[in-house]
Amino acid sequence: MSLTTDPPRGKTAEAPPADDYAQLKVVPVRHPWRWAAIVATAVLVAQFAHGLATNSGWEWEVFAEFFTADVVLKAVWTTLQLTFYGTALGFALGIVLAFMRLSQSRFLRTVAFGYIWAFRSIPLIVQLLFWFNLAYLYKELQFGIPFGPGFFSFDTMGLVGAMSAAVLGLALHQAAYAAEIVRAGVLAVDSGQLEAAAALGIPRLRQIRRIVLPQAMRSILPNAANEVISLFKGTSIVSVMAIGELFYQVQVIYGRNGRVVPLLMVATAWYILLTSALSVLQHYVERHFAKGATR
Amino acid sequence: MSASAMVEVKSVRKSFGPLEVLRGIDLDVQAGEVTVVLGPSGSGKSTLLRTINHLEKVDSGWISVDGSLVGYRRSGDKLYELREREVLRQRTQIGFVFQNFNLFPHLTVLENVTEAPLSALKRPRDQVAATARRLLDRVGLADKADAYPKQLSGGQQQRVAIARALALEPKLLLFDEPTSALDPELVGEVLDVIKDLAHQGTTMIVVTHEIGFAREVADTVVFMDEGRIVERGTPAEVLDAPREERTRAFLSKVL
Repeated sequence: MSLTTDPPRGKTAEAPPADDYAQLKVVPVRHPWRWAAIVATAVLVAQFAHGLATNSGWEWEVFAEFFTADVVLKAVWTTLQLTFYGTALGFALGIVLAFMRLSQSRFLRTVAFGYIWAFRSIPLIVQLLFWFNLAYLYKELQFGIPFGPGFFSFDTMGLVGAMSAAVLGLALHQAAYAAEIVRAGVLAVDSGQLEAAAALGIPRLRQIRRIVLPQAMRSILPNAANEVISLFKGTSIVSVMAIGELFYQVQVIYGRNGRVVPLLMVATAWYILLTSALSVLQHYVERHFAKGATR
Repeated sequence: MSASAMVEVKSVRKSFGPLEVLRGIDLDVQAGEVTVVLGPSGSGKSTLLRTINHLEKVDSGWISVDGSLVGYRRSGDKLYELREREVLRQRTQIGFVFQNFNLFPHLTVLENVTEAPLSALKRPRDQVAATARRLLDRVGLADKADAYPKQLSGGQQQRVAIARALALEPKLLLFDEPTSALDPELVGEVLDVIKDLAHQGTTMIVVTHEIGFAREVADTVVFMDEGRIVERGTPAEVLDAPREERTRAFLSKVL
């Protein structure tokens, strides 16, 4: 049987003229393996969901009991505070460091580089323990941070001291990364923008605030959101300092009642929920700074 | 030193590393006069323009605009370098239009025009907005006030950039190859705006490759090559009867 001599079956009579392709029916390419992959994946997903629902080991009733328990909600609030202060102070210092690294002065550039080098090199957990113990070393330490003067006064012991140490550790760590993110964002702004602003005589600070940073925000934001989310989850490291944040509190509870898995799920669910909220927030903030970016 | 010279450039030299791009430039521009600077690329004409509003610092020589030194202040027998704030203040008197427009993409057309009068001159918002709308109308873009730069054609963007420079009511306008980044069919609309300004007696220095524009609008044509002014005169003198061989060679290539 040869293809060249085989006539098309049945339709010979009404077949359109050979040169008018527009008249022919189009047959799309079939993807049998794609369908096979879809079926296999669907089975796996169904199995997983079925396991979640039916395996009594998850102890969903324990999960439900603790998910909105007061002590857990308080811990969630502490986690959010750690994230907020860590991010705010971290990025404030990060912006300063970024502009130091972009400065004309070699001295300022070197200091900023040294800071970033040091704080990126020390693991967060080591740093946190160090700050935590510093609170024991010194009787009182005052940090004059512009937007929270009294906040960083260390007592020798107690929760306030530990909390301050934790915020300080998170913020200093965050600042090193924030500095590089902000610097990358500023470098991504076309140099003609600053030149035009300078040619128009716009004051220096205004050039940064009104012309450079809003444009830099477009490349800063996705990375910054990553950092905020990873800091948010990173606050769980603070549990080594016995601060009542989410992960620490959950550990305390399952240490008492032995229900490890459902309580880990409580923490997991809160982390997922709040990370999702941050992602939604990111979407709207990014949209705000995308003004003028599309035709 | 003539009394009415709006711009005086005296023995200006400027190097970038080992490359000397300006090798002793002397130039006067009278008030109300249009000076067109021609020359092959790399001849230093853009650098010269950028030294006039102190975007580039000169290595030696001096420049004055409307009687005041650019970038320096004289006290006794010393020249003190101006602080950045003072330099910025000085630049509000000198409008600059870039080859690549350099509009602020995240601001609307109106905000682009109002930004400098608001922040640099601290003028009241109503007055600034009214002036800006009048200027946009003048460059034929009154209906684009709320558009963003990316929504405009290159020619429209450059006209906004001209309105933005005019909003400061500068004594002097500098144009750095204002039509070089434009598609050929958009060059005319930008040149028409510049011509219109020229006819109204705005003092300006225009770096360009548009010989026809130079012939029509310039009071003085300056030809630069290798960091020096080779020839200077009326359009008829420089464009139609150049004395220097280098000018003739350049013109034969671009015409």
